[in-house]
Amino acid sequence: MSGPKDAVGETMGETLLAVDGVSLGFGGVKAITDVSFDIRKGEIRAIIGPNGAGKTSMLNVINGFYHPQQGRITYKGQTRSRMRPYQAASQGIARTFQNVALFRGMSTLDNIMVGRTLRMHRGLFWQMLRFGPAMREEIDHRRHVEDIIDFLQIEAIRKTPVGKLPYGLQKRVELGRALAMEPELLLLDEPMAGMNMEEKEDMCRYILDLNRHFGTTIALIEHDIGVVMDLSDRVVVLEYGHKIADGTPEEVKADPKVIDAYLGVGH
Amino acid sequence: MLDTFAKLLCEHARVRPDRPAMRHKDLGIWHTWTWREMAETIRAYAAGLRDLGLERGATVAVIGENRPAMYWTILAAQWLGAIPVPVYADAVADEMAYVLGHAEVGFAVVQDQEQVDKLLAIQDQVPKLRVVLYDEPRGLRDYDHSRLHAVSGIIEKGRTLLASDPAVAAAIDAERDRGNGDDISIILYTSGTTGRSKGVLLSAGRSIAAARDTVAFDKLTDRDEVLAYLPLAWVGDHYLNYAQSLVSGFCVACPESRETVETNLQEIGPTFYFAPPRVFEALLTRVTIRMEDAGALKRRMFDYFIGLARRWGEKILDGDKVPLTARLGYGLGNLLVYAPLKNVLGFSRIRVAYTAGEAIGPDLFSFYRSLGINLKQLYGQTEAFLYVTAHPDGHIRVGTVGLATPNVDIRITEEGEVLYRSPGQFIGYYKDEERTAETVTPEGYVRTGDAGFFDEDGHLTIIDRAKDVGRLRSGAMFAPKYIENKLKFFPNIKEAVAFGQDSDFVTCMLNIDLTAVGNWAERNNIPYASYQELAQRPEVYAICAGHVAEVNRALAAEPRMAAAQIRRFLILHKELDADDGEMTRTQKVRRGFIAERYKPLVDALYNGAEAADISTEVTFEDGRKGVISARVKITDAATVETGRLEVAA
Repeated sequence: MSGPKDAVGETMGETLLAVDGVSLGFGGVKAITDVSFDIRKGEIRAIIGPNGAGKTSMLNVINGFYHPQQGRITYKGQTRSRMRPYQAASQGIARTFQNVALFRGMSTLDNIMVGRTLRMHRGLFWQMLRFGPAMREEIDHRRHVEDIIDFLQIEAIRKTPVGKLPYGLQKRVELGRALAMEPELLLLDEPMAGMNMEEKEDMCRYILDLNRHFGTTIALIEHDIGVVMDLSDRVVVLEYGHKIADGTPEEVKADPKVIDAYLGVGH
Repeated sequence: MLDTFAKLLCEHARVRPDRPAMRHKDLGIWHTWTWREMAETIRAYAAGLRDLGLERGATVAVIGENRPAMYWTILAAQWLGAIPVPVYADAVADEMAYVLGHAEVGFAVVQDQEQVDKLLAIQDQVPKLRVVLYDEPRGLRDYDHSRLHAVSGIIEKGRTLLASDPAVAAAIDAERDRGNGDDISIILYTSGTTGRSKGVLLSAGRSIAAARDTVAFDKLTDRDEVLAYLPLAWVGDHYLNYAQSLVSGFCVACPESRETVETNLQEIGPTFYFAPPRVFEALLTRVTIRMEDAGALKRRMFDYFIGLARRWGEKILDGDKVPLTARLGYGLGNLLVYAPLKNVLGFSRIRVAYTAGEAIGPDLFSFYRSLGINLKQLYGQTEAFLYVTAHPDGHIRVGTVGLATPNVDIRITEEGEVLYRSPGQFIGYYKDEERTAETVTPEGYVRTGDAGFFDEDGHLTIIDRAKDVGRLRSGAMFAPKYIENKLKFFPNIKEAVAFGQDSDFVTCMLNIDLTAVGNWAERNNIPYASYQELAQRPEVYAICAGHVAEVNRALAAEPRMAAAQIRRFLILHKELDADDGEMTRTQKVRRGFIAERYKPLVDALYNGAEAADISTEVTFEDGRKGVISARVKITDAATVETGRLEVAA
């Protein structure tokens, strides 16, 4: 008997998504300037940087919410300069938000069920009936959602309206909704923002379990450097819209440019 | 002869094959196993365990929450004549290492990764441990599986073996038939308050005999149902849920997770229920708070009908004579308030409910009874295989723990200690002859270590741990905790410390409950700035004097306690605090330390002074120290002498 083998790097494979020379500006403000990096299948990829470095903009570019003025994005071998959010979603990119964006009046179960919408095939007519193919489909989806509830250990709040839940749990429900899409690439925008130590540890465990057991590729933005270094396989560092470093956590940590960006020059 | 649990299981599979034996909620759905299915599963599990090398007499650790796989492990091990050793799932690694090492377990069946990790951490201290089985595979995929197996896999393996090899099938059935009532069926480790925990050896025959008696006592049948949420390693779960289910054939439902117990309670609606007093207390608090938020009409309706229930409910429950109008009013109340309330709590179908473990307040106890819930007290011990006494239906006396249960023989020593002989009585402590000899008298009675007495109807009252019971100078019994508990049942009193050892009379110090009394003060326009100020208000002394007088009335009603009435009391100027060493971390008062620290006050309690000055050092939360000085008033209390109420001089 022995503990878990170190699985890092074993599951990493081909490139899932490549960002190539992307620039994005809003009027005169340059949010992202000529940034390139790739995300490989099965890895946990972190995007870090000081406030205003363009991290969330980068995530928005990846899932098609913003359209870059220059550069290309290649996802699963297909290159396009513009990808719309619904295309991204239907091709297996799911995300969570920096500020929780759930339906506050709906239960945990219903919120996660929403994540299955894209995978429901029957039309309005069948959905209105409580029998027939739409019902069978719904049972399948419910089964899937229950797996997620079990995975995230939120059985006790299954029927609770999410507005009544503490923040840490809401974040977990949001992760659940993203998982319901069965994503190939999961984008997490500050999954641990505003959490206490215990909630952070829980969240780390879920992210690692997800990655190891379901092979989900994860790109995450995070402020807590300790978390990032423990969790990720590779890290991209942005500052003022420029990429200043890219590599394993150890490489990035030792990079003088990164130290300057975080601690200021002349430390 | 049905003298082992495995034989009982097969008997149920024969007599009531399609009745539910166990339920478990998984992925949001209740799954049910009938007795036939469960017997088949456990036979296969036993075959799988035998294939792994589990032998008669070997010990198997069972570590986890109330899940079917855990109960099945206990049954499958017993089938093979092996001895299950359930361990508290929340035990720290060090405690677990002691128990597993002491029990010399070779097998451990655990719930999940958390427990596997714990075992990995202590494997050096448990050298004999060679096989670990787990129930939930999550997180364990990357572990070395040479000695680690999934329970489901072992059951499947057993099924295959049974199907393919008639010799295996014959051997498995022979193992079951070899078992008899003298076999050790389980070792339950008691969490010793002092020193290391002790392994209590229970035999199959005695366990079943004890369970038969109480199943008959409470008329449990295969139509009953329980929700198993008590710790697996505690005698309460093993007796009330496991043993009683296998004797009577009722269904045991396992909750989805520890956090969902309340919801699951509502869904299952058990007919037999056990909870310690603090659970009942927490439920009542929650109901009260919710009612305070309800609309005026609902609140008035609730208050009116709860008042009605308090007046008549218990009488109706006990089958006493009640006027027709009260009966009609209660019926209406049931329709409007009691039934919906019980439904929300998951108590709608309860036929028998028990509480035990610590003293329960009479108000709390009668609140649930007045709603029509047949709540009773029991008193028991691991060494007795639970029941020593219990309230029979309709013969409830608040404050007592009831009559001796069938076939239990109780004796009280001259010192007041309770001794018993019971059908489920333990065989001895595992590998500890010395402590067994200390506990069992030569005549075969077991010492409980508790002091108690019988009233004229045979109801037993437990006073305190025997070693804590003292004497007044007159020689009369002085049981401080008994008196303190009676005081603490009043919501206004948070803590109480009684003195009287070797003195002429009993006195006490009180702490008021700042929330309850503060709330009262606000409603009555009584200004105060601090705990210290509020505690010394004459109005607050008046309230407490009323409570003390009531306690004295209760004490006077008990011949042995009448001499221990409280003559004088004071309200302390500060709250007792564990940081100042006045209480233990588990919130028990340290009587001796307090007597020393507040010596001027104790002296004043006995020398007749009306007030005393005291200054004490206190530790603030940030660790700084300060001094609190105060003048504390001392008041005489109303006592009852020879049936008359009079104020002591």
